[in-house]
Amino acid sequence: MHLEYTVVEGDFVNAGTASSSVKKTLKQLNVQPAVIKRVVVALYEAEVNAIAHAYGGKVLVDIDSDKIKMTVADKGPGIPDIALAMQEGYSTARPEVRDMGFGAGMGLPNMQKNVDKLNVTSEVGVGTTVEMEVAFG
Amino acid sequence: MTLREIVTLLDAEVCVGEGRLDEEVTKAFASDLMSDVLTLKDTPILLTGLCNVQTIRTCDMAGLEVAIIVRNKKPSEDMLELAEENDMTIIACPYSLFKACGLLYEAGLEPLY
Repeated sequence: MHLEYTVVEGDFVNAGTASSSVKKTLKQLNVQPAVIKRVVVALYEAEVNAIAHAYGGKVLVDIDSDKIKMTVADKGPGIPDIALAMQEGYSTARPEVRDMGFGAGMGLPNMQKNVDKLNVTSEVGVGTTVEMEVAFG
Repeated sequence: MTLREIVTLLDAEVCVGEGRLDEEVTKAFASDLMSDVLTLKDTPILLTGLCNVQTIRTCDMAGLEVAIIVRNKKPSEDMLELAEENDMTIIACPYSLFKACGLLYEAGLEPLY
């Protein structure tokens, strides 16, 4: 099953729409609740990042019988130092993002904790792509 | 204790999700930072001063069913609509986060860690 969502820059009101939809789909597919939580927490973090830091992007989700693959690809400033961005507490979030309860430098580390595979690629001035995979087993 | 007892103790008002009031609650977590809520493994009730749609989204993603909004803030219609859609209970409390947590801790509600 393939699902696609569009993420709009600064649209915090709709942050989580894609994650929420994926949650409902996985529930319908009877995926274990603990696995669903890991998937949607990681996807939500990535979605919030794309809205907070980039100029919009796409969320692509592929659900197979044994795993889910998620790609959040944004057009944006990119991440100059991915290793630094992966450190807990490192953040470049604007005050507006912090007002929404985010921007504590926990997003990427929390994605890492929740998924089985995480791949972050980024080009400065072009954008960032976050690929995540979670097995259902 | 039950959610109903918590509502009485905090002099609070149930905004949506009255159906859960007789459920037993044992643990609570308090945070205005949703990033921290997203790191929880357990699903306690949440006390927070953050009163926006992301409070509800975060609870939904983290599997939390009950949020108590403190500091006398009034949840928006958008928040309540989303909460109802996701079968959550939203409670509004006039007290500060510190006072609300103090009262619940004193009454025996446990922290996560």
